[in-house]
Amino acid sequence: MNTRSITLVALSIVVLILLASSLYVVNMTEQIIITQFGDPVGDPVITPGLKIKVPFLQTVNRFDKRFLAWDGERNEIPTKDKRYIWVDTYARWRIVDPLLFFQRLRDERGAQSRLDDIIDGATRTAVAKNELVEMIRSTNRPPEDLQIDSDEESAILKEIEKGRDEIVQEIFEEASKKVKDFGIEILDVQLKRINYIESVQRDVFDRMIAERQRIAERFRSEGQGEAARIRGERERDLKRIQSEAYREAQEIRGKADGEATAIYAEAYNRDPSFYTFMKSLETYEKTVDPKTTFVLTTNSDLLRFIKNAP
Amino acid sequence: MDIKGPDQVFDMDSLKKIFVKKKPIQWILLGIVALILLFNIVYQNEPEEVGVVLRFGKYVRTTMPGLRIKLPFIESVTKLPVQRQLKQEFGFRTEEVAQRTRYSPNNLLEEASMLSGDLNVAIVEWTVQYKIDDPLLYLFRVRDLEDTFRDMNEAVIRAVVGDRTITEVLTVGREEVQSTAKMKLQELCRKYETGLMIDQIILQNVNPPELVQPSWNEVNQAEQQKDRLINEALGEYNQVIPRAEGEAQQTVLQAEGYALDRVNSARGEAARFKELYAEYRLAPQVTRQRMYLETMQNILPKLGGKLYLDNDAKGVMPLLPLESLQGIAGSSGRREVQ
Repeated sequence: MNTRSITLVALSIVVLILLASSLYVVNMTEQIIITQFGDPVGDPVITPGLKIKVPFLQTVNRFDKRFLAWDGERNEIPTKDKRYIWVDTYARWRIVDPLLFFQRLRDERGAQSRLDDIIDGATRTAVAKNELVEMIRSTNRPPEDLQIDSDEESAILKEIEKGRDEIVQEIFEEASKKVKDFGIEILDVQLKRINYIESVQRDVFDRMIAERQRIAERFRSEGQGEAARIRGERERDLKRIQSEAYREAQEIRGKADGEATAIYAEAYNRDPSFYTFMKSLETYEKTVDPKTTFVLTTNSDLLRFIKNAP
Repeated sequence: MDIKGPDQVFDMDSLKKIFVKKKPIQWILLGIVALILLFNIVYQNEPEEVGVVLRFGKYVRTTMPGLRIKLPFIESVTKLPVQRQLKQEFGFRTEEVAQRTRYSPNNLLEEASMLSGDLNVAIVEWTVQYKIDDPLLYLFRVRDLEDTFRDMNEAVIRAVVGDRTITEVLTVGREEVQSTAKMKLQELCRKYETGLMIDQIILQNVNPPELVQPSWNEVNQAEQQKDRLINEALGEYNQVIPRAEGEAQQTVLQAEGYALDRVNSARGEAARFKELYAEYRLAPQVTRQRMYLETMQNILPKLGGKLYLDNDAKGVMPLLPLESLQGIAGSSGRREVQ
């Protein structure tokens, strides 16, 4: 090793250090503010690639360009209709003005705590001035299958005026207004979870049980009612069928009797006395049997010759 | 031989210096450098993957499956399984997933517990199947994409369930919840620029809370009881009515039979009378006598008892004891006739 090579090595080290200090990489997901002794210099760097800055004097401050997560703590808030619930919201936000952001909030941790205040506050306000059902339902769509009648339906399924989407929108707008000064933009706020707080959950379950029991009772009663109705129908149909048949049969018989009578009358009217005579003879023949006893006197047409010869 | 001068011998020596004398260390170093370069140049995308290549943090290209090369050190590659169907579970974890991540049952319950439109609590478990549709959006637009995606899922399912009654969610509305939630989630994915495409949302177990479960079963039982009662009544109906209908027809048909019989008999008898009467009119007196006597001839042998009385014998009739008369008639009637 001679002096020449030592200088060469030293020089290259210096060059490397200089390069490392003046070149920097901007990732796809980043935006950068260059500061000089803490003071921002120039416009934010938002395009990715290899960039140059003044070595040593300038510092690179990296900020995320992507949508960032904000996940709220759960808030226990009574609703307007005094239901005790907790609400868990989430939001997506991003840094749109890194310079402003850098000046006001410094870093993401600062932003998160600011967002905590702002979004939680907006959520609390929104929850407190709305009824629970407004935060649950989005539309007044009629349910497909409600096994209870319409009176109960209106009690159980309350109509909404605003609905979930509109309340979320309110929270979003309220929060958006307040974060503008921080160089950030909220993309969206959503109610992630809403549930009853544990101490009232038991009451809710009791209500659900009572509701179910009512529906069960209803089913049983409906079954009994329906069965009774069918039995009644059976009785009615039976009577109807039987009586109709009887009526029809009687009509047919009556008609036939009438027709027969007419036929007889037409025939026998030619000589009623002969008919009487003939029919009587037939009747004698038909009615006598071995138990019949005749008492005949010699006056009768048959026996008169016994007494008097003709 | 002249050509091989001392110069050449010198050259051979220097070559020997490089390749022979320093051989082991040189080769090893060279090999290491080559390997490092190789690993930094060549990479492989699996069949379901694409590679997203960045140069100094800037996107330059997307590469397809197979063996690929890149510039060493200044280019980096991120591989994404775009063809693979990815899955997230909510409210439960299959064992395979549960081993990787630890969730307490309480957390799971909270994840699955939600309010329905009638302000009841439902426990809904679901899975979502999705794909990476746009690798660039997926990589560069959203930080903590997986957490974001899970949050989106929870919000969407809750919004959809919140718009339905618990009965609907538990029974008839499942399909509809799935398709509506899928649509909404896809919409949200687009809004958040996640680059994800939702294949399917599948509701797994959907239940009322454990404490309420028995009362739901009671409703099911009651519903079955209702059906049973109705079926029994319908059974009774069907037992009686078709038979009654048949019997009714029988009654009517019998009446029709009677009618036919009656009318035909009347016609027959009338016809007979007319014929008879036509002959009778020719000789009424004789015919009458003949008919009378013929009839007597017919009926007298059939009689059980006959009592002939002289016209002058008066006062017998009132004294006749009917009992003994019948006895006489029964025992000796026939003889007397003879």
